[in-house]
This record gives sequence, structure tokens and C-alpha cells, in this order.
Amino acid sequence: MKLFQSASYRFIEKRQTAYVVSVAVIVLGIAAMVFNVATLGSWLRYGVDFTGGSLVQVQFQDDVSVEEIRAALGGVEITRFGDVELHEFVIRAPLDEESSISDVAEEIEEQVASGLPGRPFEVVRTELVGGKVGDELEQKALLAILFSFALTLLYLAVRFELRFGLAAVIATAHDILITLGFLAVFRLEIALPTVAAILTILGYSLNDTIVVFDRIRENLAMKGGRKRDPVEVVNQSINETLPRTVLTSGTTLAVLSALLILGGAVIRDFTIVLILGVVIGTYSSIFVASPALIEIQKRWGVGTSSEKKKRPEPATV
Amino acid sequence: MFKTVRGRLVTIVILTMVAGWQLYAHRQDTGAWLKLGLDLQGGMHLVLEVDDPDGTMSSEAKADMIDRVEQIIRTRIDEFGVEEPLIQQVGGERLIVELAGIADEDQAKSIVTRNAFLEFKQVLPGGDMEAALDRIDRRIVATLGVDSIRAMGRDVTNRGARMEEILFGGPDTLAPDSAAQAVADSADAVANALQPFSSLLFRGDIPGSYLVDVEDADVARYFLSLPEVQSTLPRGEALHWGGDIVQQGVRSYEQLYVLTAEPFLTGDQLVDAQAQRDAQFNQSIVSFELSRVGGRRFSDYSGRNVGNNLAIVLDGAVMSAPVIRDRIGARGQIEMGAGTPLEEARELALVLRAGALPARINIIEERTVGPSLGQDSIDQGQLAGLVGIILVVGVMLAYYRMAGVLAVGALGFYVVLVLGGLAMFDATLTVPGIAGLILSVGMAVDANVLIFERIREELVAGRATRTAVDEGFAHALSAIVDSNITTLFTALILFNFGTGPVRGFAVTLSIGIVASFVSALYVTRTLFLIYLSGKKASDPISI
Repeated sequence: MKLFQSASYRFIEKRQTAYVVSVAVIVLGIAAMVFNVATLGSWLRYGVDFTGGSLVQVQFQDDVSVEEIRAALGGVEITRFGDVELHEFVIRAPLDEESSISDVAEEIEEQVASGLPGRPFEVVRTELVGGKVGDELEQKALLAILFSFALTLLYLAVRFELRFGLAAVIATAHDILITLGFLAVFRLEIALPTVAAILTILGYSLNDTIVVFDRIRENLAMKGGRKRDPVEVVNQSINETLPRTVLTSGTTLAVLSALLILGGAVIRDFTIVLILGVVIGTYSSIFVASPALIEIQKRWGVGTSSEKKKRPEPATV
Repeated sequence: MFKTVRGRLVTIVILTMVAGWQLYAHRQDTGAWLKLGLDLQGGMHLVLEVDDPDGTMSSEAKADMIDRVEQIIRTRIDEFGVEEPLIQQVGGERLIVELAGIADEDQAKSIVTRNAFLEFKQVLPGGDMEAALDRIDRRIVATLGVDSIRAMGRDVTNRGARMEEILFGGPDTLAPDSAAQAVADSADAVANALQPFSSLLFRGDIPGSYLVDVEDADVARYFLSLPEVQSTLPRGEALHWGGDIVQQGVRSYEQLYVLTAEPFLTGDQLVDAQAQRDAQFNQSIVSFELSRVGGRRFSDYSGRNVGNNLAIVLDGAVMSAPVIRDRIGARGQIEMGAGTPLEEARELALVLRAGALPARINIIEERTVGPSLGQDSIDQGQLAGLVGIILVVGVMLAYYRMAGVLAVGALGFYVVLVLGGLAMFDATLTVPGIAGLILSVGMAVDANVLIFERIREELVAGRATRTAVDEGFAHALSAIVDSNITTLFTALILFNFGTGPVRGFAVTLSIGIVASFVSALYVTRTLFLIYLSGKKASDPISI
């Protein structure tokens, strides 16, 4: 079986369309964030990991409606967790500075027990995070992303050329912006694993971009490669790597879909973010990273070339 | 040996065996193939911080405080019997405590947050307690009934015989002897002769102390926890467990001390305690300083008790029971005996300082996961992983035929290597970690896909089979190296930034990347060499 074996799509020529699509999606995300600020009070729906506060997950023996619990508790946020037949609910309450963290969960438990008599339930999970921890986490997450940008830029500047590094960072930033926009639109909760998912996307997107860039580097290094039309070289490289791109994204998506359908409610949000990331990462390596490379070259020339250095000899393993 | 097919195969077999052995060894050591995070096995995660509302404490003071708190919590948790608690300092001002499979949250929390209590008590030579043991035994029998005592295997009568057996006989004498059982069966009257508790005690090395085999310690604790038993103890006396386990021959014992119920001095009178080295007698010492009031009381007490032992009790556990040599005032020394390492003195000094803890500890983060939720996650993760792998295998076989078979073989090796790696680094498997593992299976095929696509290109370009395979591997290398290294960067950053689940994910991802690198470039290559070995250079291959 062979897919896209001798494809010759004019990807770069369609870059204007891609820009419009990307900008539109990003603007939509930002609009959602602004809307969230107005309605939720924050850009994204941060979980207790970030805001501080308490989360108590309870499982009832028989099904109970969200309204019933709300009537029993009042003034707190209640959402159903996972499938209906699990009878599980997540109760979130803010944490006031004075009260001790450990009291809050017990208080909620008591309220549920007294407000819904005759409905046996079990507490399956509690999370209580002080406000200070949350603030630190947000800073750390931001630092982690910036730090990984810097490292990528440096590595690609050394292994390729500076413009490759710049283009890759632009593409990755694009992916993260869209992912954050998606999180804002659907108001998925930002928890600690979500941050891990975003950083993974960063890695995956880079992975895809580098495969294409590696081919561009190779085609440029071929005899007369430097004299050819850059658009031509980039197009050729994308098309040559297209079978690999489709197959790898396909298998990864297949595995992630299995995880989404069978992996349970705990990691559902995490998996959704990863699936989104794989799709965007694949898209951006073709329609953002590669055009960015062309745009950078048009504006600032080829830049400092490390191409004169001998390409690292492929080691035999 | 890395070049020939045979050498390569040997290397692969060795790597597989090492990975398998790592898993096996991990299971032998810890009872589980892999260490599961709290989100998978259920348990409690706490982050503690020194309470410093005014922000006036120096970082040294905080670090010292955290040292003391760690000591207290370790002592308490040992007593609580949690398996492999994780207690870890972060940045000199925070303490992470993870208790796996905790059943009673409230008790766990109180263990961590309640103030440490240091007491100095007198060790009583034990005449009264010795006399009371019979009463205690009878009270236990009356409270629990003969049947439940028999169910515990404590229906033992002849204490003297057992003592002698322990002293002069072999180590197998702990089984309740059948003669005793026969007697116990006969009549209720014999209940009076049963010695469920006193038969557990062996004479300790100082007067007023007993040894209890560690295997019997839980039963003894249970007996002592009965309110009926507590009320039977001689007036003004109390039994306290020791903080350490003593080895005697092949057996390990816990210590049980007979102490005064009331302390003659408490930790609030302690000003400081430091470990020192006494070069003259080649021993470690702990020098301590008491407040003025405390010094007067200590001087008074020690003057009357020269030659007796005193007990240093932290949270009810006897941490040390030194002999009083002389009258001691506000400043004193505890000599640890010739040849003791300084480390032991440091620990004791820490115990003393811990008991004089001035600041409060706050819980700033708390997570608990019920065990059922964790088991669900494991089951679902396994199912999803299995289906994911089947999907990947299906695609590879359908798309690459024979080469796909080789890739699947390499993937199998990859899975073994990852599991072995996780066991070797004792990495914690968390929910995001499972996701990372499954994701890395998807990405592990990427390297194979890169190679196979390249080989196809070379074949289309008209190269001979063998050349095409060589070129395919050579040209795919740079892309594989660069993409793996950048992903590794991400994993390292994640590791540095994260705690708990995120860290677990980062470790899993890193091990996955390294394993996929080895499996794609080395194992797939080897399998290809075997596949090509029967062919001529120009024979077609199935790819």
C-alpha cells in the first residue's frame, strides 16, 4: 500500500489561505478569552491547581441530579464527572483565606450527607490547594514554555540555521495559541495534566516540523540546491515527507482515539488536548513553519549560514 | 560485536534480559512491577509549609524548622505503619508527604499536623509492672474471650517454658505449642492460665524494658490499646514503645519501656540541642541546654536518680534511654557510647529540637484519591493501551507488509525496554504517565516510518535493495536524532518544572524517547539485516 507516493501539491502557494484560517482561529480563541474574562473572571477556566480552592469528587450509589446537589449545597460549582452511569460529581468551592484547608472537604461532605439524606455516597477524590501554590504554578508553567522555546531556538540555530529555529518557534507558538483558544472556547478546565499536555504538544509539533525541515536542509545541500527557487525546494520537501507525515499522525491519532474512547474520564480532557495538538502540529509544520521559513528568507535573506559546515555524518549504529 | 548480525542479536537479547531482570528485581524489592502514583493506587498527597505570616523568618530558620518537622513526621509515620511513605523537602521551606493506600484520612492528617510533644520520663525498673502482667493477661482474656485470642494465635500458657526456649532453644519455638492448645481446649478454667500478652515479652537490655518480636508487635499494640488493659496498668506507670528496632541474632525486636506516666520535664523547657564529637573518648555526644526553670527541675531529678535511666520520649515513642551519671543542671550532655557515628548523635539532637518546635505547620496542598478510582484508571489505561497497540500493529502490517512485521518486532522490544527502564529508575507511573506511554507507542513507530519511507524512495530512485536499505537508514538518521533530542528537551523541562503526576509523565516520556531511538535504529536494523541475509543484493523486498 502506498499513499501520496509522488504527490506534488503546491502547499506554499496556498499559504495566504492558511494565514487567513490560522488568524481567524486565533482571533476566535482570543475573543473567547476576552468573553471569559467578562463572564468567568479569568482568561481560561483554571482548575484548583491554579486558582487554589477545593475540589471534592463524590460518587453516589444511585443517580442524583446536579440540581438536587446544588439545592443541598448552594453557592458552589457542581459538574457531572464522566458518563451519566458513573453517578459521579465534582464539587468545587473557593477557599477562604482564614479557614484551614482540611476543614473545607469535611464541611462539604457533611453538607452533602445532611442535604441529601438516604442517598449513600462515597468521596473518591479530594483536592485542596492554597492560593499561593496556584500563583506559583502559573508562573512556572509560563517559564517552562518560554524556556523550551529558547532551547529549541538555540538547538535548531546550531543544527540548522537561525531562520529554521525562528520558523519552528513561530509554528510552535501558533500551536499553543490555538490550543489555548480551544481551551477557552470549550472552557475545558486547566489542571496540572493540561499543562503537561500543552508541553507535549509543543514537543510533538516540533517533531513534525523538524522532519520537514530536515528534508529542506537536505535538498538545499544537494548540488545546486541553493540556487533553486526556495518555494520550489520547500514544496518538494513537504511532498516528499507527506507519506510519513500522514502515517505517523494517523497512527498517533489512532492510539489517542483509543485512549479517548476507552481511557476513562480522568484523562479525557488531557487526551482531547493531545488530539487537538497532533492535528494542529501536523497542520502547522506544513502551513505555518514552512511558509514562515520562506517569509523570513524574503525579508531578511538567508541569514547566517551554517550550511558551509559539513553536514554531520550519519553514524552507523 | 555491534556490527555482525550475531553480535547485534546477542546485544538485543542481553538488553531484553536486563530489562526483564529490572522488572523482576523491582517486583522482588517492592512487591509491584512498577511504582504506581497516588492517582493510580489511591492515597494522600500533602504539601506542608512553615507558617510565617509576617514573613520575618530567615531562610536558615525555615530550613531548620523543616528538618525538625521531617524528623517528627518520619517518627509518626513509622508508628502508623504506612508502606514506603515519600517524605521530601522542596526548596528548604516545604515538605511533600505522600502516603499510599491510606485508609483513615483524618488520622493521617493529624499525624502530620499535630504539634510534636517531647517529654523526659523516668524508666521504672519494673517490679510493679512485672507483678501486673498477670492481671493484664486475665483482663485481656476476659475482654476478648478465649476464642478471639485463639484466632490470633495467642492462646499460649507457659511463659517460663517459652522464655527458656527462646533463650536456649532454636529460633523455631515461637509456634504455640500443641500441649498448651490441648489444655486450653479443655475447660474455661484454663482461661485464667492463658498469657496472651506477657508471653510476648522478653527481657530487654536495661531494667524496665522488654523486647517484643516485630512480628508480634501489632498484636501487642492491639492489646495495649484496649481501654480495659490501660486501666489495669499500675497507677502512675505507662508502657511506651521505643522508636528503633533492635537486632539480636536473626530476629528483630521492638522495645517496650515501663515509664512514669507523668514526665518530669517537657520539650518547652528545652532551648537547644547539638551533636558534637568527643575526640578524647572517640564518641559522639549530644549537648543540650535547658531553660532556667527546666534546669532546676532537671538538676533536682538527676541528683536523686544517679545510676537510673531516663527516657527521651517524642510523641509517645522512646527515642533514647541514657543512664544518668551525675547531677545535671541547665546544660548537659548525652554520651552516645564509644564508636557511635556522629550521624546517630545528630538524629537524637534533631529529635530534641523537634520537640521544641516553636512554629506552626500549615497544609498548603492536599490531594486524596480513593483506591477504587485508581483501579478504574489502571483498567481503562490497560484496555486503551492494548487497543492502541493493536491499531498500530494493524496499520504497520497492512502498510509495510514484511517490513511492517520487522517494525512490530522492534516495537515489542521497545515495550520491554520502556517497562524495564521505568523499573530501573523506579519511576512513578501516573495517569498522565500512562497516557504518555501510550502516546510514545504512537511516536515510536514514527522513526520506523521515517526509515521505511526513505527506503521506498531509494528503491523508487532505482537503487539496489541492499543499497536502498543502507541509504534509508543513513538518511533518516538526522531527522530522527534532531526530533528526538528536541522532544527530550521538552521532557527535561517538564521534569524540572513539575511535581507528582507531571514529573511522572516527563520521566515516562524521556524513557520512551530513548527506548524508541534504540529500538528503531538498532533493532529494526538488525531485523532488516536478518531479513536481507538470504537475499541477493538486487532481490525485491516486501516494504
